[in-house]
Amino acid sequence: MRLTDHEKAMLDGQHGAARSRAMDLLVRYGEALGAERLVETNNVAGAFNASTPSIRHIAEQGFDKVFSELNLDSDETVEIPRMAVPTCQLITGIDNDNWEVQGVDAGLADLQKQSERYLGQRGVNLMATCTPYQVGNVPVKGEHCAWMESSAVVYCNSVLGARTNTEGKESTGAAALTERIPYWGYHIKENRRGTHLVEIDIDVDDIMDWGLLGYYLGEIIDDEIPVLTGRYKQPNLIKLKHFGAAAASSGGVEMYHVPDITPEARSIEEAFGGNRVRGTVRYGEAERRAAYDNLNCATDRNIDFVMLGCPHNSIDQVWLIASLLDGRKISANTQLWVHTPRALRDVADRNGYTKMIMDAGGFVMSDTCPAISRHMPKGTKVVATDSAKQAHYLPAITGVSAWFGSVKDCVEAAVSGRWEGGLQ
Amino acid sequence: MSDTLTPAKGETRIVLRGRKVVGGCAEGEAIVTRDTISGWGGINERDGTVIERRHELRGQSFKDKVLVFPGAKGSSGWSAYFHMARLNGASPRAMIFNKMTTKVALGAVVTHAPAMTELEQDPLQIIETGDWVKVDADNGIVEITKRRR
Repeated sequence: MRLTDHEKAMLDGQHGAARSRAMDLLVRYGEALGAERLVETNNVAGAFNASTPSIRHIAEQGFDKVFSELNLDSDETVEIPRMAVPTCQLITGIDNDNWEVQGVDAGLADLQKQSERYLGQRGVNLMATCTPYQVGNVPVKGEHCAWMESSAVVYCNSVLGARTNTEGKESTGAAALTERIPYWGYHIKENRRGTHLVEIDIDVDDIMDWGLLGYYLGEIIDDEIPVLTGRYKQPNLIKLKHFGAAAASSGGVEMYHVPDITPEARSIEEAFGGNRVRGTVRYGEAERRAAYDNLNCATDRNIDFVMLGCPHNSIDQVWLIASLLDGRKISANTQLWVHTPRALRDVADRNGYTKMIMDAGGFVMSDTCPAISRHMPKGTKVVATDSAKQAHYLPAITGVSAWFGSVKDCVEAAVSGRWEGGLQ
Repeated sequence: MSDTLTPAKGETRIVLRGRKVVGGCAEGEAIVTRDTISGWGGINERDGTVIERRHELRGQSFKDKVLVFPGAKGSSGWSAYFHMARLNGASPRAMIFNKMTTKVALGAVVTHAPAMTELEQDPLQIIETGDWVKVDADNGIVEITKRRR
């Protein structure tokens, strides 16, 4: 890989041991990819917090050890300086306020707070959400980013037109210290063009529709670049957030185009940019049904736990849930957790939405989600969720079975304790 | 396997060339899947088993095996989970995959095991679970000794 003089100097240790280890990782990573060079980045979103039981024994050796090992892949522990570029912490393992509700032990909750003091001092912005684009980190078109979180990556590329690959813990750590990331994949304009045409033969409108479409597409086209055409209605942030998250769970979609809506595709022609259409996918009633059946692995209709807010809910989604719950009570056999970024939780508190949800017996959680934390209400066997991503991952990670449906179906399940949802 | 270049009687040996992703040389029994693999939410980093529902390898571990797979999918926690698997002593001995992505590249790098891609023939067509596979990434060579069936 070609390095500039400044990059060579960093690698040689002229800018400190941490930057040297960071450059060493970027060079190994870049060569693995077959990248020719690095590119400058000024926007990093990564996972730095020490908040899981498996990190505990590493954290006993200090937070420099955690960052060195897990964020730089360095066996040698180096002293970590301030981040060189704007850097934020994505979703983390523990809700700093509701850790007892989660069932997290006090020692681990304290470890995360210590970790956050360490990171805060080094300029890591503790947004603690999978949706940094909802709380102030909104890259502009063409901006080179180094982001983790598959649902955020696909949003960043497709909806915002900024450029990022799906980075990992180690590469975001290295990028934050060096302002560099391999120039490969979605950083290069030619690689961002569409590959597959998706002909949508049924109406795709509400959040559940977009989730099902995304889940179906991810499984069929893996990490290719779909271009949508046909009977979809104008989406918004919430719908595209769900669509991308679903497609990045069943498959590896990191970029898509919705002609006339997303910024790099004014038309189908521009979306493909001269690329040969490598495949056409039809999406109709049978395909929608297949996605629905694949997501619904539960048979028992008694619901222990309703999980809403994956990816983290917008304030409008919190308001919708609060309205649906207004004056009602959640079943004694069921728990409801609603997840939203901490910055939006403040708005929810101020608006009284949090109180409406809590008066009904639910909780408003921030900073984390059950798939990340591996914590759910004790004894949970059957979950209901409006998130295709959560319905995909929770059974694998925790062994529960899941129902997937609309937010309304999920709220009704929380109130009655029974799943009555279904495909309309 | 003292002399891997001289097949024992009745053994079939195949040599394929490819591109180094991570250097080194290691050998072991192959575990092969045609399904892409998720890291976070797809594997148990404590014992190296695949946990994804509806995955061909569900319940099977790649620990100390040569993992042969099409590529990575899913969460950006891919590298972190293979990294933790290495720290837990549950990582594969080597990796061979077809499709290059940032997830699998970074994951292979932090696994610290030899890894190769772009083999001259599709490894998923040639290598079967149970075959003995030597991954000499430094020299860009994969040697496959077919298991007698």
